[in-house]
Amino acid sequence: MNLLELLKNPWPWYVAGPLIGLTVPTLLLIGNKTFGISSSLRHICAACLPTKIPYFSYDWKKEAWNLFFVAGIMLGGFIAAWLLQNPNPVAVNPGLVTELNQYGITDFNGMVPAQLFNWEVLFSVKGLLLMVGGGFLVGFGTRYAGGCTSGHSIMGLSNLQWPSLVATICFMAGGFIMANLILPFILKL
Amino acid sequence: METKTGKSEKTIEKKHQDFLAADTDFEMRSLDAVCFNESELKHPWWYNFKYAFVGVLFGIVFVKAEIISWFRIQEMFKLQSFHMYGVIGSAVVVGVISVFIIRKFKIKTIYGEPIVFVTKNFNKGQVYGGLLFGLGWAITGACPGPLFAQIGTGATVIFITLLSAIAGTFVYGKFREKLPH
Repeated sequence: MNLLELLKNPWPWYVAGPLIGLTVPTLLLIGNKTFGISSSLRHICAACLPTKIPYFSYDWKKEAWNLFFVAGIMLGGFIAAWLLQNPNPVAVNPGLVTELNQYGITDFNGMVPAQLFNWEVLFSVKGLLLMVGGGFLVGFGTRYAGGCTSGHSIMGLSNLQWPSLVATICFMAGGFIMANLILPFILKL
Repeated sequence: METKTGKSEKTIEKKHQDFLAADTDFEMRSLDAVCFNESELKHPWWYNFKYAFVGVLFGIVFVKAEIISWFRIQEMFKLQSFHMYGVIGSAVVVGVISVFIIRKFKIKTIYGEPIVFVTKNFNKGQVYGGLLFGLGWAITGACPGPLFAQIGTGATVIFITLLSAIAGTFVYGKFREKLPH
């Protein structure tokens, strides 16, 4: 197996996890930056929306590095999807396949299920709940919690901050509740 | 000579602490102390491209390890796969070791600035906000970082999810004083 083929196949957790962990010292060393992504949403608000709300009145240009960082993530997603595309379909747990089949989801290619997340579905109740409602919860919740998986679960835990552990436990609890108890009803719509 | 160096280092550290304390916006920002700029150095804007470069590598890992996969997130929350636990767990272990080494050897940035870590204060927002974010995470299959990467992979409709997340952030900012913290 040559290198390119190796790169194209899905990377195992023990490769990806340490690489993500190394982002913490990398950002610290190249410019004293604390790893975190959800703050970028706040910087976008501060930069794009004319507002006198104190929460968004700060010198966002000082935090421009964070916007470059997320722009890079988007570009990275593009590169990986188009140049390093996995030739095989995503290997999904058979139990999940059976369950999702009940809701008419049969396409397991790509990063998001194309049958759920597309422009036509967007204008239905299900689509609004999934894309608009889900997005809102992500933006509102991360800011309320003061960080997301990167800021709390990776950076905060790396720095042994117990509030970050509390936040991480709550992220997981919310996820378990949604995936097991609420999402089935949304998918049935 | 040695004591002199030690002293001057202390002075630099003190100066930096003063800088952080003097930043009037700092207290406000430290309330949700995630990812703000702690460097007092002024660089031309294009220096920021190094962060874009790190972002590109990060985005590639996101896609190739399927961390931004909606299916992997469902598997995680249904305990059907170890993958995500392995990713987050090993990332934290590497992060903890890195921070420990930086602290122990007082490693400085490439510009010679002391690295400062921010202490996070607990507030109830971490519970309420955390639960709300968790709900959103399981719906969209993405935290904020993966949203950007998902759009990059060609799922253009996720741009709407991103806009909605920005709106959520805005609404939080608007009603922040009224929310329990």
